[in-house]
Amino acid sequence: MKKIEAVIQPFKLDDVREALKGIGHDRLTIYDVRGHGRQKGHKEVYRGQEYEVDLLPKVKLESYASDDRVDEIVNAIVESARTGKIGDGKVFVSDIASAIRIRSGETDDDAI
Amino acid sequence: MKKIEAIVQPFKLDDVREGLKRVGMDGMTLFDVRGYGRQRGHKEIYRGHEYEVDLLPKVKLECVVPDDRVDETVGAIIESARTGSIGDGKIIVSDVPEAIQIRSGQSLEDVL
Amino acid sequence: MKRIVTFAVMLIAVLGLPVSAAAQDGIDTGDNAWILTSSALVLMMTGPGLALFYGGLVRQRNVLGTMMQSFAMMALMTLLWAIYGYSLSFAEGNTFVGGFGHVFLNGVGMEPNGSIPHLTFMVFQLMFAIITPALISGAFAERMKFSAMLLFMALWGTVVYFPMVHMVWGGGFMSGDGMIPCLDFAGGSVVHMSSGVAALVIALYLGKRKGYPSEAMRPHNLTFAFIGACLLWVGWFGFNAGSALAADGLAAVAFVNTHFAAAAAVTSWLVVEWLRDGKPSMLGGITGAVAGLVAITPASGFVAPMDAIIIGLAAGAICYFAVAVVKAKFGYDDSLDAFGVHGVGGTVGALLTGVFARMAIGGADGLVEGNAGQFVNNALGSALTWVFSGVATFVILKIVDAIIGVRISSGDESIGLDITQHGEEAYN
Repeated sequence: MKKIEAVIQPFKLDDVREALKGIGHDRLTIYDVRGHGRQKGHKEVYRGQEYEVDLLPKVKLESYASDDRVDEIVNAIVESARTGKIGDGKVFVSDIASAIRIRSGETDDDAI
Repeated sequence: MKKIEAIVQPFKLDDVREGLKRVGMDGMTLFDVRGYGRQRGHKEIYRGHEYEVDLLPKVKLECVVPDDRVDETVGAIIESARTGSIGDGKIIVSDVPEAIQIRSGQSLEDVL
Repeated sequence: MKRIVTFAVMLIAVLGLPVSAAAQDGIDTGDNAWILTSSALVLMMTGPGLALFYGGLVRQRNVLGTMMQSFAMMALMTLLWAIYGYSLSFAEGNTFVGGFGHVFLNGVGMEPNGSIPHLTFMVFQLMFAIITPALISGAFAERMKFSAMLLFMALWGTVVYFPMVHMVWGGGFMSGDGMIPCLDFAGGSVVHMSSGVAALVIALYLGKRKGYPSEAMRPHNLTFAFIGACLLWVGWFGFNAGSALAADGLAAVAFVNTHFAAAAAVTSWLVVEWLRDGKPSMLGGITGAVAGLVAITPASGFVAPMDAIIIGLAAGAICYFAVAVVKAKFGYDDSLDAFGVHGVGGTVGALLTGVFARMAIGGADGLVEGNAGQFVNNALGSALTWVFSGVATFVILKIVDAIIGVRISSGDESIGLDITQHGEEAYN
């Protein structure tokens, strides 16, 4: 059981959701976040003073999957979120010790 | 790879970013979150009715770094986020077995 | 037939009497209607106009505190004005300040003062006493205690504003038959220069906000600022055209001048900004409008519409220079540019009034009509206003600082005025 986290360009969210729907995995939590990496920000000028805005809006998505589906899901995200430019984002996969569905009390793979 | 998550005071964010920049770490994702811990909230009064506001605005930042960079990154956050009073926040480090850069599709360990 | 005659007589009696009574006591209903309307327009400039303009420019945690600084003036200055402010401004006194003849509005009623009721004149002037101190709040934004702000404003109104009104408009030495007659139609020196210079002094006295200027202190809601600026523009018709104190041709000139100067200043600000910074910003456009409105204020009843365009063009460019270049060079934190727009714009307007005044419009000639003396008077009046407001503001600040302390603590500054001063938040 793994947690898949991806930080992507906000305008790619629809594509990623389509791709995940295509492989039958449309379960996501979405965060509106600000991100900063190698992508350069933009300049804003207020009253003649220039400020570098280098925290850019990003979308972070989280999803959980059983081990055997992880590769497929990660591929779907990478393929659909890619533009080939700096700022496309990253995908992280990590282990989950346990998972419980609140409604039913089902655990682990049954819960996700 | 390790994921470092830190919850800090919002007004310390600029200091933390400066601190991380100094150790050569300038990629991160930021969340505007609400937090609740030992720090007491404050009272707000609307038309004579008092409300205890104990979920306070916090900033959560996440970054993923190679194992050998964890200590200096954590050190930089602690140093820059500390005021010495309750509410300074916490840092959590966890394993990330798999990390992929979307642009290239390559493992982050190879890219960094 | 007899019944019809009787009815006609009664009708004449009912309709005619009030009119003839009004004519007898010298009140012009048209003038009265316009000045009461103008009074409401000028109040609208403070709340919501200035409150939204300044409130949008500060950071999210200070929006309520900033709006309260304007709104509180609507209460505080009104009470001071009713008790003694109007008297110190307009009652007979010496050449610097009025006497106590009108305290508690003694002798201020429905009787005519010019062609309008004395009460109308009083309430119109009150609205100026509200916005003038509120303008200063742009300089100490995000870092002054509410309590200290109230005490400061009460003292500033008493020591600076009421005497300024008396000196320029109330029969003092800068008014028409005084020693140094200055032309100030609607408040270039009385309102904008006095508050703008006070703003500079208080910005210097308080010091910079934490993190200024390295940290970007971006406006939290420019749409608020936009709405506020547009309300100011509309309200300014009451401010300037109302200052004719009649619904006459002079009011029409002031109205047109006001509008033309604002339009010209928007244009010049945006052009300069576009050339220097690469983009014409909305904040630049609305700030330019306010700069033009400030500069035309003293001139609005003395110059012709084409002069107003020149004044506006000059104000937009010069005020841009003040806030974008001068402020950065000297490093003072005039947070919302109260000095850069009102102090500088008011001074530009006062000087150019002395240049462009025309006998045919306001009854006085300026430099272009060959009367250099008027320009000298206006320059001298401006210098005196700078010195008087600057020194008095500094002394008042020292007193307030000694009694309650003017600046909020560093911790409170991080949390913001809204929670620390008022115990509430703007957005939940």
